[in-house]
Amino acid sequence: MTHAYPTKVLYIDMTKKSYKTVERPELFAQYLGGTGAAIKLLDEHCPAGIDPYAPDAPIIFSVGPLTGLFPLASKTVAMFKSPLTGNLGESHAGGRAAQAIRMAGYGAVVVTGASDLPVYVAIHGSTVHFRDATSIWGMKSLFTAGSIIRAGEPGAGVRSIIRIGRGGENKVAFGSATTETYRHFGRLGMGAVMGSKNIKAFVISGERSIPVEDKKKYRDLYDQIFKAAVGSPVMKKYHDLGTAGNVRTMQGLKAMPTRNLQSGSFEHAEAISGESLAEKYLGRRLACAHCPVGCIHIAAVREPYENESYFYKTTMVGYDWELIYALGSMLGIGDPDGMLLLIDEVEKVGVDSMSAGVCLAWATEALEKGIIGEKETLGLKLAWGDWKTYIKATEHLVNQPNDFYKALAKGSVHAASIYGGADFALAFGGNEMPGYPTGPASYLGFLLGTRHSHLDNAGYSLDQNAIKSGKALTPPQIVDELIKEECWRQILTSLCVCLFARGVYTPEVVRGSLEVAGYSLSDEEILALGKTIYRDKYAFKIKHGFDFDALPKPARIFETPSPTGPFDLAFIDEGLAYAKKRIGALLAG
Amino acid sequence: MKLKVIDAQRCVGCQLCMFACSRRSGVAGLSNSCIGVRSAGGMSKGFTVIVCRSCKNPPCARACPVDALEMRPEGGVRLKAEKCIGCGACRNACILKAVFWNHETQKPLICVQCGICAKYCPHGVLELRKGLEKEEVRS
Repeated sequence: MTHAYPTKVLYIDMTKKSYKTVERPELFAQYLGGTGAAIKLLDEHCPAGIDPYAPDAPIIFSVGPLTGLFPLASKTVAMFKSPLTGNLGESHAGGRAAQAIRMAGYGAVVVTGASDLPVYVAIHGSTVHFRDATSIWGMKSLFTAGSIIRAGEPGAGVRSIIRIGRGGENKVAFGSATTETYRHFGRLGMGAVMGSKNIKAFVISGERSIPVEDKKKYRDLYDQIFKAAVGSPVMKKYHDLGTAGNVRTMQGLKAMPTRNLQSGSFEHAEAISGESLAEKYLGRRLACAHCPVGCIHIAAVREPYENESYFYKTTMVGYDWELIYALGSMLGIGDPDGMLLLIDEVEKVGVDSMSAGVCLAWATEALEKGIIGEKETLGLKLAWGDWKTYIKATEHLVNQPNDFYKALAKGSVHAASIYGGADFALAFGGNEMPGYPTGPASYLGFLLGTRHSHLDNAGYSLDQNAIKSGKALTPPQIVDELIKEECWRQILTSLCVCLFARGVYTPEVVRGSLEVAGYSLSDEEILALGKTIYRDKYAFKIKHGFDFDALPKPARIFETPSPTGPFDLAFIDEGLAYAKKRIGALLAG
Repeated sequence: MKLKVIDAQRCVGCQLCMFACSRRSGVAGLSNSCIGVRSAGGMSKGFTVIVCRSCKNPPCARACPVDALEMRPEGGVRLKAEKCIGCGACRNACILKAVFWNHETQKPLICVQCGICAKYCPHGVLELRKGLEKEEVRS
């Protein structure tokens, strides 16, 4: 039988500037692709104890068997050793990267080595070029670097350009990589790992066909998924307001992370809400390749030039919930223009918006409390709401002109380990928090989730259910639910399905789409595979130093009132002890 | 019947039209698409949607050295694949860049104005219209 899943892995050696393609059908037959294939490849290439910036440390990109076949399978999974946490780095990006990698003929790309000079890597179908990027290294904005690469490369319309900014070049531990201007491998520092290898960008393109054995079944299932996607109220919500719609929800729950989570309520929430931004700023919506939803919201921000009348600069700034929380309410910024301009700055330099926002929020509180002074901030009077000063601080964070900013560029936990203030450094497992401080299930999810993404675990929705029903779960109940859901989501992320579409990709649709792609797996086998992938990720984490007993929990999360009601350290510790036992048993087989 | 881009401003760049066109032949992927969606100089500037206008006096057909592109009475052309030698003259002759290319078969991809792309466009960018002649004069 013909199968429609990918078989090829592209190996790129940046030191030798050479490449080879290896047929590995068993990898995709056994692990599907995405997260499943990536963790295998990462484990093959990333030995315990390796420095995340060592030339031998790999970057893995992986796509799924449904990419190019069905809508919404548009994510690319990247894995690497995170310079921020020193452990498993997993970051997923939308845009056109997944389609481009698959259409270029690959299921995965493994990048090792380091180039002597800045280069960008152009992958067009079966050919890889190493192009000199010295002239665009250190460029102020990664948008400009992107447009220069765009002008010189083929593949318009079917290519992806994954590039870093100064954040990645200067090895800010949470330096990100941007694809198609508005999508990111945002979290955990993949941009910094690219920077350490002297890679400014990857350009990838290709146009292929993927043969399908049962054409009728393919078309019918395609139409079923397409109809479910365009008819779903959840998808409409993502199209209309996008995740920015969460502002009102979170404010309503009193879970709006405000001024370094000193409060769950922000008095200017309405001004930066999805409704308000859509009404006053929304200029365009964009979609990832092969996704009918179009959840990417772009604001048009108009700024007058100071000395010239009737002359304006219009900047198109992407926004969503995570950016609004991290660079808005978390910093006390309620002026939407200011918030959008700060977002634009963070985008131009190429650092993770959540880590950047949380680090600046920690620094602001540290300055308020006198733990640090203006000697450390180089004269900047960081103050809630003062977005102009935060723009200047972002420049310092990226350029690292003194020891303080050097420390902050390694993350809030690292900075707090030097200056103090760990109780209000809002990071979990070394990674700054996502914007869902709804209660204990969320925090256990941040601490135990293998990807450090709220999207991979059910913590937020468990808290929401507890709030609605008034029935609190015990720590073991929470952990059981988190593990169960995360195992299932390993299947979705191995298929590279966007987790916004998890309601469309029901177990039945997953089984059917896998059949079209040439697999023959029962529901039980699919669930077992999810568990295996989850186990493999934990095995990697533990091999690289993850310790259930050594996870810091900032005291702030127990102090700020939680919408689920109060909970304490003992509650969280009970959950972690139970998880250690359960995951230990899973690893022991 | 004629395919028309009715509002490119509504395009979100999802490329479902391209996948739909490619899927006509029952295969997945993008190698068979006769429609193109490209950013208009970066994603922030929106998209250009490239479709065949089914010209009355098509330059692609005039450029073909082996008469593999047969003119249709209602405008546009049909590809006679068995005659085509894959020289690419048709592609070079189309200033709209609406003659696409299948890199696997090394033959042009010519829109047959079937409208499957419009059927899968979720955002009202494309439409297959009947009797477009009068409107064409107006626009």
